[in-house]
Amino acid sequence: MNPDVGRATERVARQSYGKLIAFLAARSGDVPSAEDALSEALAAALDSWPERGIPDNPEAWLMVAARRNLYRAARHAKVKTAARDTVTMAFEEAEERMNADGPAFPDERLKLLFTCTHPAIDRSVHTPLMLQTVLGIDAKTIARAFIVSPETMSQRLVRAKTKIREAHIPFTVPDRSMLPGRLAGVLSAIYAAYGLGWDGLDGEDGKHGSLADEAIWLGRALLATLPEEPETAGLLSLMLYCEARRSARRNAEGRYVPLDEQDTARWNAIMIAEADNLLRQAGAFDRFGPFQCQAAIQSVHTERHRSGGTDWAALAMLYDALVLMTPTTGARVSRAAVIGRAQGATAGLHHLNQMAERDIATYQPHWAVRAHLLAEAGETESAVVAYRTAIGLSDSPSVREFLQTRLDAVQADKN
Amino acid sequence: MQYALIIRESAEDFKRREDPTYKNGWIAYTQALIQAGIMTGGAGLTAPETATLIRHRGDDHDVQDGPFPEGKEQLGGFYLIDVPDLDTALEWAVRVPVSQQGSVEIRPLLHM
Repeated sequence: MNPDVGRATERVARQSYGKLIAFLAARSGDVPSAEDALSEALAAALDSWPERGIPDNPEAWLMVAARRNLYRAARHAKVKTAARDTVTMAFEEAEERMNADGPAFPDERLKLLFTCTHPAIDRSVHTPLMLQTVLGIDAKTIARAFIVSPETMSQRLVRAKTKIREAHIPFTVPDRSMLPGRLAGVLSAIYAAYGLGWDGLDGEDGKHGSLADEAIWLGRALLATLPEEPETAGLLSLMLYCEARRSARRNAEGRYVPLDEQDTARWNAIMIAEADNLLRQAGAFDRFGPFQCQAAIQSVHTERHRSGGTDWAALAMLYDALVLMTPTTGARVSRAAVIGRAQGATAGLHHLNQMAERDIATYQPHWAVRAHLLAEAGETESAVVAYRTAIGLSDSPSVREFLQTRLDAVQADKN
Repeated sequence: MQYALIIRESAEDFKRREDPTYKNGWIAYTQALIQAGIMTGGAGLTAPETATLIRHRGDDHDVQDGPFPEGKEQLGGFYLIDVPDLDTALEWAVRVPVSQQGSVEIRPLLHM
């Protein structure tokens, strides 16, 4: 096969996959059969495009091929006529729109996004399901990102898709009255996808980087549809603040650099400006939420590129607000770290000691923060144990190396 | 569920064992396992050239020096852990500080 055509086919396939699945499933309510039909169509495309060339409107080509497959499957399965009629109508509508609008194809991925994060579906599957159906990321990659076995992941995904079909979970962006409750799940799933792309930096393969890009893309699409929801702007702002610092997270030797030691000249000023702007826009609605709060925290950190310093008292206040809204282990550990800076190590340790043992026993950031605060407080022996545990719980070689350097420094001081 | 985390290391890794950056990672990982209360056993093994091999030949047996390392990876040691399920075992396995030349295999223990 001509490698260029092969790559181009894959690119088109990846770009169109989520859109086509969303369109089909929105009408039939059946994600798995839409996926089967589309997979077959993609296989046929990989077979014939390299020889005959990529069609002018690849999405229309895939749509027609998927239709044929879906009809054939329907004949075999003798599905209810009603279901077949719905699908027929969906195709007719799609073809009509394609003819009317030229190559434009309706993008209904946001509807699918809300379906994948429906409260009737187990929370742990929201993000994986979204990655697979909305963004077309394969189950093996998702399993790796979530550190579960491929079988576990595909079982969970299959179960969720069956539930969507059997329970008739609607494919819609919910209306205003329902939106606040539903939006939270969607935002969390997008942020989780962004986080996977962020952590994946250590994996040093392009796939994870693009996961962060896809999450930002989804954030933008969501904001375009729901400009009146300040939390959507808050989430996008948060992701952009983090993204702006990406290249400063590593020094020239590729070593991990913590936030407060990063070279601010390496931060992306354009992204920061956009993030600032979004956060201000969100603030105008006077409906503060956890994503705006996290964006505000990042904004305080980012302020260092203008003022040269960090306002730790302001950060402590924002973390208090965040813990009130979402008392997660991560937020509470971060708050303790910030309080340690603002009010001294003992105050920070006091906050850590108030947390439940089972929440923090194997939570790596907790041990890293505890180790740092113990070292500051002069409790060298305990600091050494905490640093070792933090290193042992880390799955990133560069973070392990960074913590080992800190541990070496603590031990050198002792002697 | 009990699992064995079977660790394979490259020839270079075996040579680096006294190197503090390599060694410290293993000490820390073992401490984290113990602290979490899930480690039920395990051992590190000396380098493959210290091995002696016995093969049965009918009623007799051969004793040989070796095996000599031919493959890219050799058994370096193992941990035995007790965790609720495979996914938890995988979570711990990704933290094993093997280098990029090594690998970790996760296997459930046989019930006897």
